Amino acid sequence: MVEELSHEEILRYSRHLLIPEVGLKGQLRLRNSSALIIGTGGLGSPVSLYLAAAGVGRIGLVDYDVVDSSNLQRQVIHGSSTVGKLKVESAREKLIDLNPGIQIDIFNEPYTSDNAMRIARDFDIILDGTDNFPTRYLTNDVAVFLGKPNVYASIYRFDGQVSVFHAKQGPCYRCLFPEPPPPGLVPSCAEGGVLGVLPGTIGTLQATEALKLLLGIGDPMIGKLLLYNALDMSFDFVKLRKNPNCRVCPPNADIHELIDYEEFCGVPGHDHDDTSAGEAWDITAIELAVRIKENHLKLLDVREAHELEISRLPSAVNIPLGQLAERLSELDSAQEMVVFCKRGSRSARALEVLISAGFKKVKNLKGGINAWAEEVDQSLPIY
Amino acid sequence: MNPIRILFFATLRDRAGTKSMDMEVPAEMTIRELKVKLTQDHPNLTESLKSVLITINREYAMDDSVVPSGAEIAMFPPVSGG
Repeated sequence: MVEELSHEEILRYSRHLLIPEVGLKGQLRLRNSSALIIGTGGLGSPVSLYLAAAGVGRIGLVDYDVVDSSNLQRQVIHGSSTVGKLKVESAREKLIDLNPGIQIDIFNEPYTSDNAMRIARDFDIILDGTDNFPTRYLTNDVAVFLGKPNVYASIYRFDGQVSVFHAKQGPCYRCLFPEPPPPGLVPSCAEGGVLGVLPGTIGTLQATEALKLLLGIGDPMIGKLLLYNALDMSFDFVKLRKNPNCRVCPPNADIHELIDYEEFCGVPGHDHDDTSAGEAWDITAIELAVRIKENHLKLLDVREAHELEISRLPSAVNIPLGQLAERLSELDSAQEMVVFCKRGSRSARALEVLISAGFKKVKNLKGGINAWAEEVDQSLPIY
Repeated sequence: MNPIRILFFATLRDRAGTKSMDMEVPAEMTIRELKVKLTQDHPNLTESLKSVLITINREYAMDDSVVPSGAEIAMFPPVSGG
């Protein structure tokens, strides 16, 4: 416990000390507080930068990914010089440079039912900056079971959501969305894309709520959900209620410990879009290159039309995944067909649609058109 | 019949292909019944309407909430990006 600020700290935090709501007392409070940030991506970037700058004494970062250059359009804590480095290491470097007076604890591991309680136990608040539904439900349940506030934010293309879920005082994430969406219905950022500045807008709001909670000032967004749309520049606030049928909140809770969240959501707990359709259904880019020369295979591209402007295989037929079920009559189930998308996850779902419609001679291009660009035709860009 | 306006957000907006929709619905229609009607009129929204936050005039609505005349119904699907 730090009892007083040094002269150096007083100068550093002078603009906080001038606000009566913060002042010396509040700044000391921040100095002795801790926040755990799940995910060091789009939301985790602004959140961790602002919490570190504000002087939150101990910040925990959980991520197991490495920095990729496709992250840099929005994950502003990382840089070109840290591409290929562990995200938590890259982030810690930046945060320590920004504020050497605070402690950064890094957890270079996936956040799972096995380690989440242990990791989260020692922090005052939890911030949800994850990129997938299983980890969001996990983050919620951990916060509920530990009785800690979960500062929530989530983004998609131009839309953002922010709230504070604190089950002791208001609804939790499960009260709002008791059931996860059907698998594959809601695209992730890797699949659907995201406006680069969006996590900046939403993440700074999330950081604001975290600081308010740690300082004990203002009205926290407990029981209130912000819904933001960048295209309309609309901010809608919705009053939430505790769901009497919530499975983790009293009085009708029937889940009392962490569950298997990947099973619950039916999707993996990460936003890597290179899902395989299962080995028996996969074909590699190299194999496909050989097969194309041997005989005529039908190529089915299930990406969105605008993605064809980035890269395309000239002989392929394009039917976006969302339209596939309605347009099956355009395809010949007797012909051998290879389905592809960007990295193989939408095409894996397309395969399910085709197989359940009676198609038997179908294969999934493993790694999608990006793998083709990497292994067969280097004239195509990878995106 | 009551006029209402439905606003779609995020993935629902992409699926519906529009950000808003005006329609006439019977008086005393509930959100549950509205979802059924939307599913019938727009089958491609079926899956999306299984997990969605709905508000009536910016207030949180339950499945048995009644849709008043002139209501603005907003539909927000869960999103997972971070």
